[in-house]
Amino acid sequence: MEGLLPDLDVIRKDFPILSRVLADGQPLVYLDSANTSQKPQVVIDAMVDHLERHNANIARAMHQLGAESTEAYEAARDTVAGFLNAPSRDEVVFTKNVSEGLNLVANTLAWGGVSTSSTGGVGGKGGNLKVDESSEILITEMEHHSNIVPWQLLAQRTGATLRWFGLTDDGHLDLSNIDELINERTKVVALTWVSNMLGTINPVRMLADRAHQVGAIVVVDAAQAVPQMPVDVVASGADFLGFTGHKVTGPTGIGVLWGRAELLDALPPFLGGGEMIETVAMEGSTYAPIPHKFEAGTPPIVEAVGLGAAVDYLASIGMDRVRAHEEAITAYALEGLSTVSGLTVLGPREARERGGAISFELDGIHPHDVAQVLDSRGIAVRAGHHCAKPAHKRFGVQSSTRASSYLYTTPAEIDALVDGLEYTKKYFGVDR
Amino acid sequence: MTTQNLDSLYQEIILDHYKNPHHQGLREPYEAEVHHVNPTCGDEVTVRVHLSGTAQDAVVEDVSYDAEGCSISQAATSVMTDLVIGKPLEQAMAVHDEFLALMQGRGNVEPDEETLEDGIAFAGVAKFPARVKCALLSWMAWKDATAQIVASSVDSSPVEPVETPAETREEQS
Repeated sequence: MEGLLPDLDVIRKDFPILSRVLADGQPLVYLDSANTSQKPQVVIDAMVDHLERHNANIARAMHQLGAESTEAYEAARDTVAGFLNAPSRDEVVFTKNVSEGLNLVANTLAWGGVSTSSTGGVGGKGGNLKVDESSEILITEMEHHSNIVPWQLLAQRTGATLRWFGLTDDGHLDLSNIDELINERTKVVALTWVSNMLGTINPVRMLADRAHQVGAIVVVDAAQAVPQMPVDVVASGADFLGFTGHKVTGPTGIGVLWGRAELLDALPPFLGGGEMIETVAMEGSTYAPIPHKFEAGTPPIVEAVGLGAAVDYLASIGMDRVRAHEEAITAYALEGLSTVSGLTVLGPREARERGGAISFELDGIHPHDVAQVLDSRGIAVRAGHHCAKPAHKRFGVQSSTRASSYLYTTPAEIDALVDGLEYTKKYFGVDR
Repeated sequence: MTTQNLDSLYQEIILDHYKNPHHQGLREPYEAEVHHVNPTCGDEVTVRVHLSGTAQDAVVEDVSYDAEGCSISQAATSVMTDLVIGKPLEQAMAVHDEFLALMQGRGNVEPDEETLEDGIAFAGVAKFPARVKCALLSWMAWKDATAQIVASSVDSSPVEPVETPAETREEQS
């Protein structure tokens, strides 16, 4: 199969959990990587090594372990900056997850009456970042709840108007009214790069260019993009871009918000506390430069170390090759699923237009029941609304079953899924 | 999970109710209508309750519903209507309590067919913590609607409210 990682057997051996045997002697078929990815031994080892040998708090402990721990934490920032092609390591803010990164931007935009004109401003136009009642915030109907709710809150708090791109029947953004939606009042355009439900890959660069023409900032939810395709933050056109560690073979509890230095500098602090200050007096405080301004309190240190190891691991394989593998497996899965009668895939049917998450409906069987029967055969998928209720509503469904692949997914696992779905239909007596 | 376990979850009775649900649809008259959702999966149910009489004399005259959800939640709704319609409210609440105890028993509670009838088929569901909410969704909606009717009748006449056990509230989420 063209595009498949040639050393797939070797790669699978990097992930100890993939040899798990489940109840009834069923081998694990893990097709829930869009939910969370599995972890290679190098990530586990890096975290264990840090905890066993280097553990200390960072940036404040005046001892050898403190220096080692600080170095490890900051090295992870360098690694992530390199992975994203960020112009500066200071543009990489460690957060808890993507949600925190998006909330950071949405909240500080409500507070910040700051001008960016000194350095040419947003999109070269200069201007005020503050969102107020005259502003419009533009999102899309395919967003994860974490890229909807923070903007709803921002709109409610500021009186701004929330608008969104609708979707076409084949699961793409409906851009027919783009000239109306992106206008002089638009302050923020926030969108997902790759949909966690429909799989759709959105034209981020084109939308960013359009947004910049009106002086809006562009916030990209890259939770599903960074794991499975090469991401160059500069080339993307984004002003802010977030992703999470646990979907890129790293641990939970750590995310990344990348932002253009000029904008991060201009925004006020989000959370106040230790480590984000320059000096504190009872009358007032001054703040540390970025990225520390946005990292209040003891950060997730060992999680950052794990994330650094994870992106190093992905880089060693090559994100171009990971993307080629995902595309090959996704094409194979779409073909296999098309043989299952009564099954409807939600989202684009062409692998090149989409990521590796495939949501589908099976006539007459609720997604919960599909997932339950698949689980009895060792196949792990997700069932529900995948934190994308509006996107489900758009397609007239309440929930769906989602199978999602990653760099360790084999064609044989897709075969097991297709067989499992046929079995599910028989089990519930739904066969046409 | 073994195939045997799968069969213990999807009892024939459950699949029968799923395919041919009883008392389906929204009907009049009713004194209260509630809408409950399971936030993790998006399953939804609208339940209408019609009571006659008040306090100790209250009788569940009708429970009608519009539900969207998995086989477990759909079948549980159907079985619930069989179990409560026509019963004195006090007795229906007792059945509710017994079903709740079965669902929260992690598979260690022996169901009583006398009171739970087809509800005993859900004994296997209790072994799947992720599915317990599915089985309880409509029961919680029914209890909520009933409590609303009782509360409003208390406002207008001096009767005792039906007790709603506080420890079950968390199951509603």
